[in-house]
Amino acid sequence: MRIGILAIQGNFEAHAKAFAEAGAEACEARTQSDLDRADALVLPGGESTTMLKLLREEGLWEPLRRACAAKPVFATCAGAILLACEVSHPAQESLGLVDIGVERNAYGRQVHSTVARLATGEGAELEAVFIRAPVIRRLGAGVRVLARYQGDPVLVEQGHFLVATFHPELTPDRTLQKMFLEKAAHVAA
Amino acid sequence: MFLSDQFRVKVGLAEMLKGGVIMDVTNAEQAVIAEKAGACAVMALVKVPSDIRKEGGVARMSPVSKIREIQKSVSVPVMAKARIGHFMEARVLEALEVDFIDESEVLTPADEENHIWKHDFKVPFVCGARNLGEALRRIAEGAAMIRTKGEAGSGNIVEAVRHMRTIVKEMRAIQSYSVDELTAESKKHGAPLELMLYIHEHGKLPVPNFSAGGVATPADAALVMHLGAETVFVGSGIFKSPDPAAFAKAVVKAVTYYKDPVKVLEASEELPDGMPGLDIRQMAESDLMATRGW
Repeated sequence: MRIGILAIQGNFEAHAKAFAEAGAEACEARTQSDLDRADALVLPGGESTTMLKLLREEGLWEPLRRACAAKPVFATCAGAILLACEVSHPAQESLGLVDIGVERNAYGRQVHSTVARLATGEGAELEAVFIRAPVIRRLGAGVRVLARYQGDPVLVEQGHFLVATFHPELTPDRTLQKMFLEKAAHVAA
Repeated sequence: MFLSDQFRVKVGLAEMLKGGVIMDVTNAEQAVIAEKAGACAVMALVKVPSDIRKEGGVARMSPVSKIREIQKSVSVPVMAKARIGHFMEARVLEALEVDFIDESEVLTPADEENHIWKHDFKVPFVCGARNLGEALRRIAEGAAMIRTKGEAGSGNIVEAVRHMRTIVKEMRAIQSYSVDELTAESKKHGAPLELMLYIHEHGKLPVPNFSAGGVATPADAALVMHLGAETVFVGSGIFKSPDPAAFAKAVVKAVTYYKDPVKVLEASEELPDGMPGLDIRQMAESDLMATRGW
């Protein structure tokens, strides 16, 4: 399984390392051919405005939308903002592929960033690092919530998309990477 | 200390800025130009370094009203500079909720002996360094990001290159030593043994390492990325250039595609020459900013 990590800006290296540890082949994706060669994609955290501008400038916006519509995608933080249907605070363009509405920097500035322990389905605890994180304010009918923090959905799933508002690549736990790889293998089959 | 949630969250934001460009801005109008060009963060300061150099006198933290105006005008992280050792400027910036504080040699130092004890703050700090020992001392004090000092406001990349090469070379050397030689190395570099052991094992700093001080063109930015920088700070290089919006956009593109010379060429196409530069060898010792702090 070849995981293409969108490497326009942000912490794509940490994602590549995390997926390598989870047993996948990870490579940085900066061009249309990089996107085409990948079996599944990761949209990492970083600054969504910066990514948005470069994707537009470099003619990658439509190729990325097509690739994301066709392949399994794991999106975190800024990646979730790129995939959402609506973005607020402030409003900005997005790919509109996952039926959620997100508010950027919804917890406030960096001093409000935090590490939380989330309860997941099977009684397991998941460590979640939130950095100037967005909040999912609207959930579409086809979106399933896998974990919440302070009542808000922070890990959701829709078809071949897995979306986290926090940073699973910044913890040593590889549960979510493995879960995504299983999901991607299932989609491929 | 380094495994605490607070420290991890600080380094987390530094991680998010990787592969981007952080631009010096003095007001909201410049901040908007920077954000529109694709800056991943902006740095509020009272004057750009080349003006600080020209006008002399004491350079302090940016006026609060300017920082607030910048915070209101952009959605990317807003950083601001505090004087070396001036923990009260830093406390004011923390209360203002800036996203990162740069304890910076570009401003006039408030303490010639001590830097700020940064572990006590919720807000993350970035500090300048010329060599590995200096970088590790700042990390020991709680810096969540290191940037090479370069020579700010000079428009001359030579010092940024020197400092990045020095840090990378010294880390390579530490990796080649055996563990029982590290105490002596720790003494030589004036850096904590615990952090020397980290370098020995990982061959990199425990926090992101960015580059600053002298970047004036897209090729300069791509150069320091090749030498080991994970992100680039650009000060006077944008707003002292003949066309700030065009230079800002070009540097952003050159940093993302630094491995591809054709893309760096595309970024440089149609740009005029960069800001006027200074020959470091002809500067008086007292005019150097990089030697402030230790």
